[in-house]
Amino acid sequence: MSTRRVSISAAALALAFGTGAAFAEGPNLGRPIDPADIAPWDISILPDGTGLPPGSGTSAQGAPVFAQKCAMCHGDSGKGGTAAPVVGGAPLDRIEAAKTIANFWGYPTTVFDFIRRAMPWQQPRTLSSDEVYALTAYILALNKIIGEKDVMDAKTLPQVKMPNRDGFIIRFPDRI
Amino acid sequence: METKRSNRSGTHLDAFPAVAANGLLDRRAFLRGGAALAAGMSGYALTGAVGAEALRDEPSSLAGGAASPGYERRSRFEEKIARTLSNPKGEPRTSHARTPHHLINGTITPNGLHFTIVHSGTPDIDPEKHRLVIHGLVKRPLAFTLESLSRYPKVSRFSFVECGGNSAPMFSREPIQASVQALHGLVSCSEWTGVRLSSLLDEAGVDPKAKWLVAEGADSLALSRSVPLKKALDDAMVALYQNGERLMPGNGYPMRLLLPGYEGNMNVKFLRRLKLVDQPAMSYYETRTYSQILPGGKAFRFYFLQEVKSFITQPSPGLAMRGPGFYEISGIAYSGNGRISKVMVSADGGKSWGEAALQEPVLSKAFTRFRMPWRWDGGPAVLQSRAWDESGNVQPTRTQFVAERGETRNVPNVLGFPNQHYNSTTSWAVDGKGEVKHVYA
Repeated sequence: MSTRRVSISAAALALAFGTGAAFAEGPNLGRPIDPADIAPWDISILPDGTGLPPGSGTSAQGAPVFAQKCAMCHGDSGKGGTAAPVVGGAPLDRIEAAKTIANFWGYPTTVFDFIRRAMPWQQPRTLSSDEVYALTAYILALNKIIGEKDVMDAKTLPQVKMPNRDGFIIRFPDRI
Repeated sequence: METKRSNRSGTHLDAFPAVAANGLLDRRAFLRGGAALAAGMSGYALTGAVGAEALRDEPSSLAGGAASPGYERRSRFEEKIARTLSNPKGEPRTSHARTPHHLINGTITPNGLHFTIVHSGTPDIDPEKHRLVIHGLVKRPLAFTLESLSRYPKVSRFSFVECGGNSAPMFSREPIQASVQALHGLVSCSEWTGVRLSSLLDEAGVDPKAKWLVAEGADSLALSRSVPLKKALDDAMVALYQNGERLMPGNGYPMRLLLPGYEGNMNVKFLRRLKLVDQPAMSYYETRTYSQILPGGKAFRFYFLQEVKSFITQPSPGLAMRGPGFYEISGIAYSGNGRISKVMVSADGGKSWGEAALQEPVLSKAFTRFRMPWRWDGGPAVLQSRAWDESGNVQPTRTQFVAERGETRNVPNVLGFPNQHYNSTTSWAVDGKGEVKHVYA
């Protein structure tokens, strides 16, 4: 017990004096973890494509997956149901305009990321990477952001330019 | 008896000069007013004057009381004071529970009344099985258990947490008739205790290329937000306790990210992963939900800050006043930019203002309770509060706010979120009967 007390005091001193070297004497109670062991949780995707998994899909492959796993909430062909439509969108001509993939979302990787981490609602993180690519392709094609035959994969997806890509103003740049 | 009580208090208070029109009195009345003032200030609650009936012992004072429970519950007479729920049946959509600011007082929100928003329900997390992983652009990826985090030196701080969509009904072009709970119930304030995030990041060893971290929850959406490393190394905390006890499930049990003064959604609950990266992830909640459309069609991204705001909680809609006389105007003020430096109150719709008393302690990025003695003459009045923070930011008037951020074309549903980050002044109109309505003034 006394040993631990000493190490906590050392950490407190390190905090108080702000010396970087002394931080190594902190509690150090985190367990080093191998990236391979983190992989099941490591689903972050960045807009430049970092983190996109292997695999691919097309709109034609996505259509039956959507009909089976998504249409019950998002409606036939993504026209909306109990959950928001994933196709279409009115111009942003009012501050309360509904934000859609077509009229608002700035990055195609966000579509992939959100489907993979959160959908389907009742069974999140059960889709294969190919299914997520296919659903992403299906939704982007429904919105005519990509062509019907375009293949989405780790290389092509980040290159898709969303219609509202340049529609944003960073509110407080000095806080980044 | 009502009149007699008012007269008695009035004699005492007449010694204090009015500081603004329509009966606003010098805030120093609170410092010197004593018992007579205190009695006169409770006008909302009094149902009749003391002495109107003979005193007698109630049954509750003539028999032994109940046994003490292991975890105290409030009086059965208070059980109706509750959060309002947008999704009481837990349908597959977002659930909001709003704080009843008009029925509580002070600066700390009781844990059971702290607002919550969950986008896919509240997960039932076994703390033994929960892990927090820090990885990405670090020298040593680390995994923490709740038990290991609990052994770290801890810090406590008071901090409000506010949803970016709080006060959103006030984007309506017409004032929506609703309580302060419906309008402003998505903000609360607690004392949070936990481990400084900077200590944990330091042990992991931050790579100089890291500029952001992606915070992720253990909920079914794996809700994720990008947080600038600048904030993470400043005053961010992995919070384990809320007002002295473990976090409530709806507030992220067993651990949440606390980013004092920043948009509620960024304070990721059920925190299980922090990945350090060189660019923001542009997640769903940051680039879609919590980006705000501006007049003209562009949108804000990375608003982060909950800016200076105040509103009057008593009186407010639903709290009728019981005849002319003395009342306390009271409310809360807060700013994501630091301490509140001043709150001004008006009883005539902003034509004249008096400075409110600020309840000590006045803490950075936490609720500050303001109070203003008021002698209501029984006529129409429009009550407003306006706050300043130590960084020099001033709460905008509604006119100023709308000129920059716009308003809706139609009157939206009170539960809707037409836009976000609304922080203008709120106006309550008191009519001759003592009823209080929401107005734009």
